[in-house]
Amino acid sequence: MDLVSYFGPLLQNAGVFIILALGLNLINGIAGQFSLGHAGFWAVGAYVGASYGAFFAPAFLPDFVNLLISNVLGIIAASIAGVLVGVPCLRLRGDYLAIATLGFGEIIRIIINNLDVVGGPRGFTNIPHWSNLFWIYLWVVLCIIMLANLLRGTHGRAIISIREDEIAAAAMGINTTKYKTLAFVIGAGMAGLAGSLFAHAQQFIHPSSFSFMWSVIILLMIILGGMGSMTGAIVGAVFLTFLPEFLRLCGETVSEWRMVIYSLLLILLMLLRPQGIFGKHEFNLKRLWPSKGGAK
Amino acid sequence: MTEQTSYFFWDLGQYLLNGIAQGSIYALVALGYTMVYGIIRLINFAHGEFYMVGAFVGLFLIQAHLPFLIALPLAMLGSGLLAVMVERLVYRPIRKAGKIQALITALGVSLLLQYLGQNLLGADPRPFPDALENKTYMFGELMISKIQIIIILTTVILMGALRYLVMHTKIGKAMRATSYNLEAAELMGIDTNKVISFTFFVGAALAGAAGVLVGMYYNTVEPMMGLIPGLKAFVAAVLGGIGVIPGAVLGGLVLGVAENLVIGFWVSTYRDAIAFAILIIILLIRPAGLLGRNTREKV
Repeated sequence: MDLVSYFGPLLQNAGVFIILALGLNLINGIAGQFSLGHAGFWAVGAYVGASYGAFFAPAFLPDFVNLLISNVLGIIAASIAGVLVGVPCLRLRGDYLAIATLGFGEIIRIIINNLDVVGGPRGFTNIPHWSNLFWIYLWVVLCIIMLANLLRGTHGRAIISIREDEIAAAAMGINTTKYKTLAFVIGAGMAGLAGSLFAHAQQFIHPSSFSFMWSVIILLMIILGGMGSMTGAIVGAVFLTFLPEFLRLCGETVSEWRMVIYSLLLILLMLLRPQGIFGKHEFNLKRLWPSKGGAK
Repeated sequence: MTEQTSYFFWDLGQYLLNGIAQGSIYALVALGYTMVYGIIRLINFAHGEFYMVGAFVGLFLIQAHLPFLIALPLAMLGSGLLAVMVERLVYRPIRKAGKIQALITALGVSLLLQYLGQNLLGADPRPFPDALENKTYMFGELMISKIQIIIILTTVILMGALRYLVMHTKIGKAMRATSYNLEAAELMGIDTNKVISFTFFVGAALAGAAGVLVGMYYNTVEPMMGLIPGLKAFVAAVLGGIGVIPGAVLGGLVLGVAENLVIGFWVSTYRDAIAFAILIIILLIRPAGLLGRNTREKV
């Protein structure tokens, strides 16, 4: 089989999942909140982007302009959803927040399932094929640069301080509600972007592609890599995108047991190495080859 | 009263009745959630799967021509033992690691049981054999089936037994003490590990009973059947005030009735969204739940 047609779609999915995992990592790993509804924002972005592509896109614009408009619409729609979910829910903590976001994710999916305009339970077909490897990975790079800059600045430090100790952060004068919401909305917006890219790569989307199970798989990606580490999120996303293919090579039975393997992986990770592969650290050349007097 | 309004009231009565039967099942499952949360502050996502396992054990036993009155306790025993095993192997080592780690682990256990079920038992729904011949009784325009009566009766009996267990036995006293303060209970010589195992057992046994009842009610069981009822029972527990035993019962009944009213008077496709909408509203307005007490976080 030729390599491009085999690895092309896989790499596309890996890119989409990298963006999703980076977004969830911002919410769960860096801001220390706990969202279980990431697939809901992904769905919002995918359906808004796909609707633009199928119903509104003017044909005279070149494809990549249309793709960018669709991406921006996906980001805006998912961010708005993020505000609607985040502002009330972020008053809750820990496990309550997890359940509330899970509930919102499910509500979004149920609403889409009942919207006949976008195909409802039949799925959304005839989405123009606009995104490709180049555009997906361009966005991946942009997201990484954006996040890295965010985290080095004032806002990023404020977000991290909430993870470390919310009460202490508030006592230091940080507006915790504002920064929690900011992290949540940026994370949701990235999921929307991933959704729009995903819709234009797959050309067919279905409400069940955005079920609760996918929220868990994205969560597994960042836990595997190490919550709070961007490098970890990327490694986790790539690893878990390629793992099913690898399991398929191992034979039909192994591939059928994919979800059993995932859940065992999740449990064992939690029991044996809860901090994941990277912990909270980033990949860093200086750490690999420490120079004299350099970073430790 | 015009004919139309009288029909409205008959309909309303019917939906309330169906809601109470449905709500009893949510209440049975919610009890386990609330007891486990009350004692170790863990949202046991796998609770819905204990309910599924109970339903399957019940299915196999009834297929083996055991009568309902023997199959039900055995199914409860089956899911209870599974819960004790899960607690011993997974939850006990993770208990000290923190809330979020425990929550993620519980999520993992839930997925593991679902997909193990799917791979071992097959993903297709299986018909549940008729353990008892079903009859329908009419009261005016009100229709009540024998199975609904059995569901409500079983629930009332089990809840009475639970009430007795928690309030009037030694182990019940130990459970209340552990839930009030785990460390202090330990210092008083209570074997808290044993108490926690026992709580898991009781909670899962109630869920297993609910599984058998639901199998009889809808005539079908499948490995994924625990997911949505599990989440809804959690909503019921939060609605009533998580950690409060009567709250779980109240929450379950309110949720069951609300759902059936929505299905009856509005649309059935939004049925699953109702529970989550209720959850979000209650979390925002009264996070401690209907019967819960507010606690402030201390530094």
